[in-house]
Amino acid sequence: MPELFHRKLERSAIGFVIAIIAAASVGGIVEIAPLFTIDETIEHAPDMRVYTPLELAGRNIYVREGCYACHSQMIRTLRDEVERYGPYSLAVESQYDRPMLWGSKRTGPDLARVGGKYSDFWHVAHLTNPRDVVPESNMPAYTWLARTTLKTDDLPQHLAAQRALGVPYTDAMVENAARDAYGQATPDTDFSSGVTERYGDKTLVSAFDGVTTHVTEMDALVAYLQVLGRLTGAAYEDTAAPEKKPDPES
Amino acid sequence: MISNLTSSERQYALLIAVAVALAGLAMAALGRSDTLGVHGVIVMLFAGVVIYLIMSSLYGPEPTEDRAVSYYDDPIKVGIVLSMAWAVFGMFMGVWVAAQLAWPDLAFDAAWSSFGRLRPTHTSGVIFGFGGNALIATSFHVVQRTSRARLAGQISPWFVLLGFNLFCVLAISGYLLGTTQSKEYAEAEWYADLWLVIVWVTYFILYIATIARRKEPHIYVANWYFMAFILVVAILHIVNNLALPVSWGHAKSYTIWPGVQDAMVQWWYGHNAVAFFLTAGFLGMLYYYLPVRAQRPIFSYRLSILSFWGITFFYMWAGSHHLHYTALPHWVQTLGMTFSVMLLVPSWASAGNALLTLNGAWHRVRDDATLRFMMAAVVFYGLSTFEGSFMAIRPVNSLSHYTDWTVGHVHAGALGWVALITFGSVYTLVPALWKRERMYSAALVEVHFWLAIAGTLIYVFAMWNSGIIQGLMWRTYTEEGALAYSFVDSLVAMYPYYIARAFGGLLFLLGAVVGCYNIWMTVRSAPLAVRETDAPVVPAAVPGE
Ligand code: HEC
Repeated sequence: MPELFHRKLERSAIGFVIAIIAAASVGGIVEIAPLFTIDETIEHAPDMRVYTPLELAGRNIYVREGCYACHSQMIRTLRDEVERYGPYSLAVESQYDRPMLWGSKRTGPDLARVGGKYSDFWHVAHLTNPRDVVPESNMPAYTWLARTTLKTDDLPQHLAAQRALGVPYTDAMVENAARDAYGQATPDTDFSSGVTERYGDKTLVSAFDGVTTHVTEMDALVAYLQVLGRLTGAAYEDTAAPEKKPDPES
Repeated sequence: MISNLTSSERQYALLIAVAVALAGLAMAALGRSDTLGVHGVIVMLFAGVVIYLIMSSLYGPEPTEDRAVSYYDDPIKVGIVLSMAWAVFGMFMGVWVAAQLAWPDLAFDAAWSSFGRLRPTHTSGVIFGFGGNALIATSFHVVQRTSRARLAGQISPWFVLLGFNLFCVLAISGYLLGTTQSKEYAEAEWYADLWLVIVWVTYFILYIATIARRKEPHIYVANWYFMAFILVVAILHIVNNLALPVSWGHAKSYTIWPGVQDAMVQWWYGHNAVAFFLTAGFLGMLYYYLPVRAQRPIFSYRLSILSFWGITFFYMWAGSHHLHYTALPHWVQTLGMTFSVMLLVPSWASAGNALLTLNGAWHRVRDDATLRFMMAAVVFYGLSTFEGSFMAIRPVNSLSHYTDWTVGHVHAGALGWVALITFGSVYTLVPALWKRERMYSAALVEVHFWLAIAGTLIYVFAMWNSGIIQGLMWRTYTEEGALAYSFVDSLVAMYPYYIARAFGGLLFLLGAVVGCYNIWMTVRSAPLAVRETDAPVVPAAVPGE
């Protein structure tokens, strides 16, 4: 009987198309739609801040260079991972991430909580040539980052696009995006005080690559690496094994 | 080729090419301070070559023969050639990135050649360049033969084929320039994605219109799979790539999906790209070329129905098994795991159906390397779908995820299943298309077969070993209860396997090069065949009927 029914279906191209769409749609709808409606999907983290323009620019470099092909940013709820990398990742920690960079392969270690683990100087040396720091490493050398000036003039457009998608950037943040990118990499200037004013005084302001005369792609990428895992302290609050929250200024 | 178009069709084609060139010009102007501008220039160059080709025979004589009585094979021939060219490019990139993991200095200190930028050129090159062109070409071939009707368009097949290749060029050159969305297997940026939607909708309409012309009452199984492939890939592509460009002058865009939802959408896409691009499409190939080559009808019609609907329905639930133990809600992970395990039933139904079709033709499998390619493909299909269901089980996944085991699994599927079924189909198709008696050299098909098998096995065994070792090292504790190995310890243990893997990949690449040579020589010099009529309407042998 079902066979006869199928014989009929095979006679109609349109019928077949509709049947395929119907069969193929269910799974996606059932699994994706509730992620937007079920409240527990994403935890609440009132202390969560948005990326500064410099960090966002660094994130875009991370995307551009394909760091995600070797590094995950998602600590799973497994004992050895929590001991190796820190408290497991929460959904709220990537609520402003477009795209998410959870990754799928660990040729290198997880980076979800690498912020604050090393000094800026270490990162610059490591990115310039990983084998200077870790002789066994097979990570590529990114020498050109420190030589390349960061494009900052279009950062307001980037922030505006993010805001259009729902990231809570204020007007002042959007307007001052290019200034703030410069300010975050040049401590103790008028520019830098604007950054802490808008993004909170826990924001790391530093001469990331050691040179304050101009902002490079290295500044941006290191600023991003240093904020990983530190946009909110939520992960340290209700994990199975409570950990000490790192001091963002250290 | 162009001489088979009427002069009004040539003008029409010219118009489309000029429109594409103008779009390129607009991109170049709007994005002049961005990689978008570079892509505008590439679009103009691409369209320029097409314009040149059309112009050079715009006023040539009208086609003389009646086109309605023959199949439309020109785009298929070009598709096969493009597919093989992309195969060599994509596999070469694969060997190169694999070698970089063993010898990181092979990046030569340039931005475009570092691992993160090259890796998507490999994946897109083989999946879309090699696989996509092979699917377009074979689907055009199969739909005409099984419907006994000519393709329902003169220009649209060219538009689909060339448009798709323009997409591939934009995607891959983009990665080298640093233009990427970073969504795995969907890295191309918004304008390339929009272009692909136009191409794909044309593909769909062309396909359905051809099926509507069929002289057979029933739609043949291979076409079910090709239809599912075209339709579902369209849905996946559109949903996953919804994004907001930073401006009309920027190549960069931000996806509309944030964080955890993005992860779910991405792996719903990613897993079903495997399902509907790399499985359904190639099953379409299998269901036509395997019975043709074996000269046996498909073993069971019922099994075909069961596996088709099983695959179409179950796969779409399975994507979340890529996100076990992550911040994705637990219930979604559980659903993904459950459906992944159930998927084994339709997958093995397909594989079993194909193997049982070979019953009574095993002597051919022994003697004919082309048919053996397809048989081996089915075996790898069965193995890797089993492995996939196994790895989707949460505790297994806790070990395998993030390691090379996943990479090995993907390649058991990609090399063992996708590439082998394609080569088998291509070796069946090429003599038919160019009206040759047989391939230029059966011995070279044999050489290709063994290179491919050896390459695949070395690759997969290397990755199983490295993946499992890596996974175990990460979770090993000392007696005092501390982690036994640092990350770098686990990295050092990988090097021998990285070298073995690159070697396996190299063998596979060599096989593809041998294949290209053999195809080239077949087209040039294999003896012509006197074939039984291969034309629309006139009844021809159709498998499985
Ligand atoms: C080919 C794979 C690969 C790519 C691509 C790659 N890395 Fe790595 N990365 C590694 C490996 C392996 C290590 C461990 C050895 C080491 O420290 O160099 C590592 C280590 C690191 C570390 C130190 C982590 C820690 O906790 O010790 C950071 C930070 C890092 N990478 C950042 C990056 C960034 C940023 C990019 C992109 C610009 C990148 N990596 C691209 C493989 C890669």
